Amino acid sequence: MSGRFEPLPGGGAAVALDEVEISILRSLAVQLAELIGPGDQPAGATDPLDALFAEGPTKPPSDPALARLFPDAYGVPDQELEGDAEKEVRAASAEFRRYTENDLRARKRDDALAMVRDLDSLSAGPAAKDQVVLELAPQKCRQWLGALNDLRLAIGTRLEVTDDDDGGELLGLPDSDPRKPMVMAYFWLGGLQETLIETLMA
Amino acid sequence: MEVPEPDVPWVTMVHNDPVNLMSYVTYVFQSYFGYSKDKAHKLMLDVHHKGRAIVSSGSREEMERDVQAMHGYGLWATLTQDR
Repeated sequence: MSGRFEPLPGGGAAVALDEVEISILRSLAVQLAELIGPGDQPAGATDPLDALFAEGPTKPPSDPALARLFPDAYGVPDQELEGDAEKEVRAASAEFRRYTENDLRARKRDDALAMVRDLDSLSAGPAAKDQVVLELAPQKCRQWLGALNDLRLAIGTRLEVTDDDDGGELLGLPDSDPRKPMVMAYFWLGGLQETLIETLMA
Repeated sequence: MEVPEPDVPWVTMVHNDPVNLMSYVTYVFQSYFGYSKDKAHKLMLDVHHKGRAIVSSGSREEMERDVQAMHGYGLWATLTQDR
């Protein structure tokens, strides 16, 4: 699969995508938006005003991919704390989460849905293998960058990517491995993100 | 009577993770904190090689803001009191 962002004169970036790539990217972005969801809502809260004033969650999400997207804010991960210090850190993280997680979920969902809309705005070429060029304005580039990164975080968590997987073990998986399509998507997304960053840093 | 908290600064720490691209971490440090390319690159290398780096310091409120921003970018960050 191809997939390189190029800088546009005057700002922004463009990438050529074929029908298959558009459909994969769209499907992944929809799944990300669904995964992020509105989060845990209080049971029976159907009034939109209630939802607006409802407090957010205090515990980290149980899904590992969501826990990676919405980590605890306090403490030092590998530092052992005792008694009161541990309680204090937990309480501070819970409080922070209660006031920030819902906003963060909404923003990340917006980025994923912006990606879906931008892909839907593309009109496919006459033949399935024809590439169409997606052009992103600077603000859109930042949304896409966020969504691409969130996608890689979610997929990377699912694939249990480790620091030693810089194209090593995972890329060498046989085609018969059920993880193979997700691995290919993961590295393809990495290329898209890397080249999009290059256009922003230029 | 409560003893007031000593005026110890808080810090924002970014932790290494196997997914975030090195170029992305550098980009975030440059664009959010306004750090120079050299400083952002050095901090990114610290995160990568030492497992974490302190990227900002200040009041608790300021560090909560920075951590929230880092989570927005998808970086794994926490705040802690620098004692």
